[in-house]
Parts: sequence; structure tokens; C-alpha cells
Amino acid sequence: MNTAAVRILGLDRRLVPLAATLALFIGLVVYGAVSYDAFLSPQVFLNLAIDNSFLCIVAIGMTFVILTGGIDLSVGSVLALTTMAAAALSKLGWSPWILVPLLLAGGSAFGAIQGFLIHRYRLQPFIVTLAGMFVARGLCYLIDTASIPISAPFFVAMAEARIPVGGGNSLSSGAVIAMITVAVALWLAHSTRFGRTVYAIGGNAKSATLMGLPVGSALVRVYAFSGGCAALAGLVMSVYMLSGYSLHAVGLELDAIAAVVIGGTLLTGGIGYVAGTVVGVLILGIIQTLVIFNGTLSSWWTRIVIGILLFLFCVAQRLIEARAGQKR
Amino acid sequence: MSAPLLAARGITHVYTGKPALDGVDFTVRAGEVHALMGQNGAGKSTLIKVLTGVESPRAGEMALGGSRIVPTSTLHAQQLGISTVYQEVNLCPNLSVAENIFAGRQPMKPWPRGGGIDWRTLNSRALGLLRGLDVDIDVRRELGSYPVAIQQMVAIARAIDISARVLILDEPTSSLDSEEVERLFAALRRLRSQGLGIVFVTHFLDQVYAISDRITVLRNGKLVGEWPVEDLDHAALIAAMVGRTPEAPPVACGATGDAPAAPGTPVLSARGLARRGSVNGVNLDVRRGEILGVAGLLGSGRTEVARLLFGLDRADAGSVAVQGQEVVLHDPAQAIAHGLGFCPEERKTEGVVEDLSIRDNIVLTLQARAGLWRRLPAAHVREITDRLAKLLDIRAPDLDGTIGTLSGGNQQKCMIARALATQPCLLILDEPTRGIDVAGKAEIMNQLVALAREGLAIVFISAEIEELLRVSTRITVMRDRVQAGTLAGDCGEEAVYAMIAAAPAPVSP
Amino acid sequence: MRALVRWHLFWPCLTLALLIALNAVVNPGFLAFEWRDGHLYGNLVDILNRAAPLALVATGMTLVIAARGLDISVGAVVAISAAVAAVMIGGSLSLGDAEAVSRFPMWLAILAALAIALACGLWNGALVVGVGMQPIIATLILMVAGRGVAQLVTGGQIITIYYPPYAYLGNGFLAGLPFAAVLAAAVIALTQLLLSRTPLGLYVRAIGINPVAARIAGIRAKPITLALYGFCGLLAGVAGLIVSSNVRSADANNAGQLLELDAILAVTLGGTALTGGRFSLVGTALGALIIQTLTTTIYSLGVPPEVNLVFKAALIFIVMLLQSPEFRAGIVRLARQPGA
Repeated sequence: MNTAAVRILGLDRRLVPLAATLALFIGLVVYGAVSYDAFLSPQVFLNLAIDNSFLCIVAIGMTFVILTGGIDLSVGSVLALTTMAAAALSKLGWSPWILVPLLLAGGSAFGAIQGFLIHRYRLQPFIVTLAGMFVARGLCYLIDTASIPISAPFFVAMAEARIPVGGGNSLSSGAVIAMITVAVALWLAHSTRFGRTVYAIGGNAKSATLMGLPVGSALVRVYAFSGGCAALAGLVMSVYMLSGYSLHAVGLELDAIAAVVIGGTLLTGGIGYVAGTVVGVLILGIIQTLVIFNGTLSSWWTRIVIGILLFLFCVAQRLIEARAGQKR
Repeated sequence: MSAPLLAARGITHVYTGKPALDGVDFTVRAGEVHALMGQNGAGKSTLIKVLTGVESPRAGEMALGGSRIVPTSTLHAQQLGISTVYQEVNLCPNLSVAENIFAGRQPMKPWPRGGGIDWRTLNSRALGLLRGLDVDIDVRRELGSYPVAIQQMVAIARAIDISARVLILDEPTSSLDSEEVERLFAALRRLRSQGLGIVFVTHFLDQVYAISDRITVLRNGKLVGEWPVEDLDHAALIAAMVGRTPEAPPVACGATGDAPAAPGTPVLSARGLARRGSVNGVNLDVRRGEILGVAGLLGSGRTEVARLLFGLDRADAGSVAVQGQEVVLHDPAQAIAHGLGFCPEERKTEGVVEDLSIRDNIVLTLQARAGLWRRLPAAHVREITDRLAKLLDIRAPDLDGTIGTLSGGNQQKCMIARALATQPCLLILDEPTRGIDVAGKAEIMNQLVALAREGLAIVFISAEIEELLRVSTRITVMRDRVQAGTLAGDCGEEAVYAMIAAAPAPVSP
Repeated sequence: MRALVRWHLFWPCLTLALLIALNAVVNPGFLAFEWRDGHLYGNLVDILNRAAPLALVATGMTLVIAARGLDISVGAVVAISAAVAAVMIGGSLSLGDAEAVSRFPMWLAILAALAIALACGLWNGALVVGVGMQPIIATLILMVAGRGVAQLVTGGQIITIYYPPYAYLGNGFLAGLPFAAVLAAAVIALTQLLLSRTPLGLYVRAIGINPVAARIAGIRAKPITLALYGFCGLLAGVAGLIVSSNVRSADANNAGQLLELDAILAVTLGGTALTGGRFSLVGTALGALIIQTLTTTIYSLGVPPEVNLVFKAALIFIVMLLQSPEFRAGIVRLARQPGA
């Protein structure tokens, strides 16, 4: 009875993109280790986690959205708005115990409204979140057009906190928050009904509805989760930069989408892993690290290489889809 | 006889003015397989929609196990115990087999053990359920990696796990091979012995006799009757479906008989045309002035023949020659360039370009053939559309209005006009009379005959045998995706029915 | 009156008129024109001039959207085109010698920039038509990589163009009118003419309304779609030339920033359905003018210009909801409720 299974090199079809991503990451690490002596030091990799913590958090929220077959372009702006609000409100003397939950709730509510519009009025996620991006950026400017420094003790303490991981190396609080987010997202995606409904919607939204799954509420919650992740990333960035600025994280949504796609998630939805996204973020980070190590390469090569990788992964995805289509 | 499990009485339903069901009674008993039969548009799917809560009927009532029910949605019907498995499996191909069975109802671990989905229990229960249907597969693999037959079994497993008492199978065998059908039937027999009431909708007559205990036949939204399977033989079943007793004298046919087909090279000739999963070994010859009818039940491969001839699908094997010249047909534009015209079956999705004017719709193909740069002069367009509108009697207040404002029959005529505008040497019509009232049908057929008299070669595909007999010079019959044979146009209904119903026989063109 | 309301350009015209009226009230000199040195000056002329790049990009976008596509890489293409032209013309300011020279002839630089923009568009089209990617994904690739390419061309610098003749594109006057506005109007008029004189307009609409039926009717959608993406890229290239000429420099990071979003907004405001089929080039031009007038209005009202984004977002939401059948059905239901 085990016939007609689409298997490539003995792997489940769902795991092929993830395997490709991992292979790419290992390849890049090996390349770096061979080319540069100092590359294989632990702190290089810890810095990868520290410098990309907010990208990682945003990309995880984006993974869930893309798994449903949607997209969220508002995340970069929501992140910036959160840094602005955090800076402005902490300057007014708000307690972090109120501020942090409030901002997280605000980001989630922002996402939930977008999700509601997308589900209820059948609007295209692309255009709704595009408008959401404008709104959030515009609200940033309404608060202030200049950068606001953050000097509240809570944020400064968080920024100075270093979690030792042995051997004289340490992690920032943001990196730890990103790791906790990854753990929560893994649990959400693979061990809850909500997570499985997200996958079902991406696989076939019509079937998911006919199977009696709560498609509408899951969609609203997915965008709320993405908005919440963006707000959390905003808090992490406030700590990292110790400032709120309306031009923080311009274009971050593109990096997040790139990380998700390079992490092996299909943009058409239904197939992909949170773990893959984490590797995708690390790949983006390591490309940047390699460019820095090289010294002669200019920073724009990062963007071009990311574009090329995006192209290769998208073409590969198309080929996999076409193959699956033929089998049916 | 056991008491009825599901009883529907006097079900009446109306779609935008057109009655779809008219006082239909339908009864399913526990432990039986009940075949629901009827032609296209007989009301089978509407009845299923009513039973599963997709549509609420205008009149009539339903009872399940003696108590009255009013299903309001598919989900509600499922909870009541009525589940449906469609031909197109409504599951998620990217989830594992086990997940598909339990999606939305996954067993959860208790909080002391970390909460979350209990994958071990889920997988083992799925395995047990499927083994009960004699399916032994790796339930952790993604559903999409298994063939449709397995996916259907998974859908059935899901349905019966949601406490189904009545299981409705809508065309479950359309995409299965004979071995897979046998496996499905074995599972159905097992479920029947467990006391389930099974409703089986199919177009394959042999399968009805292989599995069913009773047959209910609908025609034009009305109940024709309910019979135990042994009281209704093949011929009687077809007669009940098409509404004509085989004993009745055949209608005078061969309308084009007085215009003898021109000898010489056929306008179109196909040899051994085949495509995997579509049709196999089709041989056709159509000459000038000839109308070749294509008969067959739904899913027999009628439409697929048209798609292959017009280059909409690529053939895996075989050849097509137009006017004796072998041609390559990979794209409709090529077929049009070779002088073929086509009227697709699905007028709304494949034919009409809704927002364009009637004139633009009619000249679309002619214009497309003229290439990217040369626009047909407006006067020319007006002249052609006026002439065709008159020829086909297209009744529109204004030919410059959008085509969406026309009735179905007039839209259909526009589609024929679009094909005729290119002055094709061969016209392929796939169910041109579907969804059109009686007067409209007669009109279209008269026009076909007139066109053939002027020398046009026509391939005419229809579900209605009577129509085919009225206009065709010859009739070729499709059955189970192969060509069953070709009959003379004046062979009579009985011969056509016999060939449609006959057990699979070797191809004899 | 009913016929007027139903006219497809009624809403864009009304919006534009209201915006202009608002400006005229706030700033009495708004509607004034002045003829100076054989050139026409005035706020309205200024709006026309500034809206030109957006109108050009949105024209290409209109056609791509009409055929059920989308191109979100236009902003990046604007940056690439500007970078190529700037680097090829280059020129340096040599004190004492007022004669600035270009590195390559100006016509060659312009042709090269346009050729590369066209190639970008065709690349997008090839990914959509040839590989079969969703338009948003296919063009996302160039959106991500494009600015990197532009920076590669400029070497990461903001390149200043000292060669005076180049400034004509963005600042010159033709027959008393700003050259950029005349150019944009000419391109839109020629495109409109091309679409109505050849059957291309009919094909684009047919592909957008019902791609399956269009294929069965014998329309070859692939080359047409490819050409539309190419055209969209080309017009983004022209816009890039105007933008760089206007500010006499090329900034790979910021030239054409968020332009793709403004272009989509202009297309939507002009009454083109985002789902394809129905389109109006004149409507799109009006949409571009609305966006530019809105920007001017916000300046003249003394609101911080950055808040413009919020207004644009509000516009998008309104247009989107009005186009949604579910939303309209909801409104109708509300209106029918007794007592309402």
C-alpha cells in the first residue's frame, strides 16, 4: 500500500527544503572557517544570536502568517512604533510593569485588526498589511520625527544584562528572549490545535472550513501573534539601541520574509517549520558576518546575495510544487 | 425490512426561480448501500446538499432514526451523524494522514504531562481506524503523498470517527482504477455490516450493481422511483434515468441524411489519441457536412476528447490530422489557426468574458487570430456581429452592452457565434444546450443542422441521447474513458443505450 | 445625475476637486498661475510636475495589475535606473572651468539606464510567465536585491550629477510647461492610443477578467504578460531618470523609496480593480495627482509631512473596503434594518 509517495533521497517531501537550508548554513560556516582564522570562535556565533534577535522574533511571527498562505508587511513599522512608544512613555515615567504588557497587547491588537479585515472582508493580506505599515510608520512620526533616547533604568539594566554561557562568553537579554520565543513558537506550531489549524489553512483553506476547523478565529490570531512578535521585537530593539526612532527597522519585513523563505517555508502556505526560519535568520546573519570578515566587500553585497538566495529557493519551491502537481 | 434510518419526505428546493427538487422522498435504511441515480441536473447534488445542511429546503422534512432533524451546516449535519465524502477529497494534503482524521479533535495530553497534542495516541488511534477499513499505511506520512484512493479511505475514516450513521459518497470512484474500487467496496461492505446507512452516487452503472442494495432514481428534480436492485435491470435503470422506455419507437433521426457526407479526406481525423488519466485510444473521422455525435455518461471522457482535439490538453500519444495534414496541437491558438472552432462546456468559467461587450465577446477569437497589432476595423466587427446575431437569433437589446446581461441561452449562442466568426472548417461543441430551456435547445440544434448543410463539419458532444439522435450523422460512444464504438445516426436510442450500458468491451471504432 | 455618479472616473475626479478646493480655501493663492520668463509657474503646475514620476510608474503598474499581476519591485528599478544614468553621466565640478562634461554621451547613458530597467521588468515577467511564480513573490526578489544592485552601481555613494543638460529632464520646460509633466502626459496618451488602436487593450482586459476563457479563445497570454512587465520596468526606468534629474543626484538607498506602494495606491484610487480586468489609465493619472495634491495639502496645512502616510493608509482602507463585496453586503444589510 506504500505506493506513489513523493520521496526525494528518502526524505519526506516536507523536509526537503529544511534539509537544503541546513546544508546551506553548514556550507557557509565551513566556508567561513576555512577562509578566516577567527571565524570559529564561540562569540562569533553568540553575536549572531545577539545581533539578529529582533529579526528572529519578527520572522517567527511571519512564519505563522506565511504558513496560512498570507503575508504581513506591517511588522517593521509596528516594531518601530513600539520603540517610539516605549521611548516616549518611559520618558514620561511610566513603569515598565505597565509599559511592557501594554505595548505587547497593542501590537497584538494591531495585528488582530488586520487579521479581522483580511478574514471578514476577504481583502488581500498584502494590501491590508501594506496599509497597516503606512499607519504604524505614520503614527511613529506623529510621536516624534527625531530619535528619542531611552534612559529609563529598566531598559538600561536590560541592555547591560549579560547572561554568561561559560568560557567567558555571554548572551544579551534580547537573545535569550528570542530563544524563549522560538521555544514557545515550536510548541504552538507542533503541539497545539491552533498550530495545526494554521497548517491546515495553508494546506487547503476550503477543506479546513469543511472539516469544521475554526479558520476565521485562527486567521485573526495568526496576525495578532505576528503583531505581538513585532511588538516584542520592538522592545528588544529598544533595549538594543536604547532609543526609539521612526526610521528603525525600515525594510525589516523584507528580511523577515527572506528568512522565512530561505528557511524552507513555502510562500503558498502549509509547508514549513519554525526551526527552518531560525536557520534562515542565522543564514542571513552569517552572510552579513562573512561580508564583515571579508573587509573588502561592501555592505550591499548582503542584499544582493540574499536576493540571489531568495531567487534560488523560490525557483526550487516552484519545481517541487510542479512535481507534486504532476503526481496528482 | 428494517426501519428507515434516514427519511426525507417531500423535499422541495428552488434555485433562483428554477425548481431543483420537487417533492422528493428519499429513505435510507441501516445496513444498506443505497444508490442515488440520475442524469446531470436531475437533482442528485441538490438532494445531497439538503441532506448535509448546505442548502435548506423550501419544503419537506427529514428524520434521522425517527426524530426530526434540521441540519443547518455541514458541521451540524456531521454532528447529527450524516457525513459526506466527495469525489474531490476535502482534506489537507500537507498534514499527516492521522492528523487529517483528527484535525480539530486531536487528543490532548493532560497538563501534568505538559499539555499539547498527544501524538502517540493520535497516531495509534488513526492506525486502528484505518486497519478497520483494511488499510495499512504509515499514518504519520503526509496525506498528499498517497494516491487518491487512500485519501478517500482517510476521508471515510474521518467521517465514521465523527459518529457517522449515514455516510454519503458522492462520485467516490471517478478517479479510481478497478482494483482501488474493489478495495473501496470491501470497506463499504464492512461498514454496511456494522449497520451504517450508505448513500452511493455514481455514474458507473456496473458499480451500482456490484455494491448497491437499493436504487433511487431522480429525473428533472422529481422522484422516478425506488427499487430493490434485483428488480431493476440495466436497461430499465437507464430508461428510468433518461425518462423513456426502451420499447418506445425511436425518433426519426439522421436529419442530415439527405445531404450525403462528402467523400475524400476527412476534415478532422484522430488516431489513437490518448492522455494519461484522461482518455485512451480515441479514433475519429469527421467529414464535410457531417455531425459526429459523442455520447457517454458524465465522466466517460466526452469532454476530455474535445479538450484533446482543441489543444487544451496535450495528448501523450496519437495524432490529429486536419484536412489530411498532421498537426501539432499544444495550444488553443494553434487549433484555431488550423481552422478549428470550439464551444466549451463550462460557459461561465471557460467561455464568457463577463465584463466585455457582446460584440467583443463574439469577435474575440477572430481578433486573437489576427495577431497582436492589427485591430479589426470597427465597421467590420459591427458587420460580423450583426450578421452572426441575426443568423443565430441572439436576442439582445444592445450588442454593445456587456454579455453578463444576457440569458444563459443567448450567452451560449454568443459562444457559438465566437467560434463561427473565424469561419472554421470544424466546430467542436461541448454540451451546447446545457442549462438552456427547451425552445432554446431546439433552436440551437436547428442551427447546427443548417450549418452542417452548408458544409461545416461538427463534433457535437451531449449528455442527451435524444438530441444526439436528432442531429448526428454518426454517433461515437465513450465509456469509462475509452471509445466503446461508433453507431450510425439512425441506429435508434436502444442501440445507444445498449452501448453506453454494456460491460467494458474491447475498443471497436 | 445617476449616469454621472456611475461614470468610472466620477470618484477620482470628485476626490481631486475636493482636495484642490480645500487647498484654495486654506491658501487663496493656490489656484494662481504666473507666466514668467516664458514658463508657467503655480501650485497646480508644481503638482503636475511632481506627480510625473509616480504617474509614469503607476501607468505601468495599471497594466500589470489589469492582467492579474503585481510588480512590487518598481521602487528598486527606479533606484537602479537613476544609479546607472548618474554613474554614466557622472561629471565633476571643476572650479574655474564652468564647462562640466559627461563621462559618456548623455543619450547613451539614458539609453543604458532604460535598457537595464526594461531588462529588470522582463526578468520579473519571465519569472511569472516562464517559471510560474506568483507575481508578488517573483517581484519580491528584485525588490530585495534591486537596491543592493543600485548601491553596487553607485559604489554606495550618493552620486551628484553636475552635467547641466541632464537637469532638463526633471526641471526643464517644454512650451512653457514642465518637461516631466509633458513627458508623463505624452506617455500616458501614447499608451492609451496603443491600447485602443491595437487589440492589446482588449487582450489585457480579457486576460484579467477570465484567463481561462482568454486562452480558449486563442489569446496568447504569455508574450503579452511578459511585455507588460517589461513595459512596467521601462516606465519605472523613465521615472528614475526624472527623479535623479530633479534632485541632480542618485541615491541608491532612497530613490523611489515606497514608490511601489504609492503606485498601487494610485492605481486603486483610479478605479482599477486589484483583481484584474477593469482598468483606466486616465483614472490612474488622476490617482497620482490625488496623492501628490494630498502631499501638498498636508504641507500647506502645516501638518508634519510624515503624517501623510496615515492619510494614504486611510485612503487605501476606504477604497479597499468599498471594493469588497462582503463589506458592501454588510452595509446594505445595515441600511435595510428597520428604523435605520
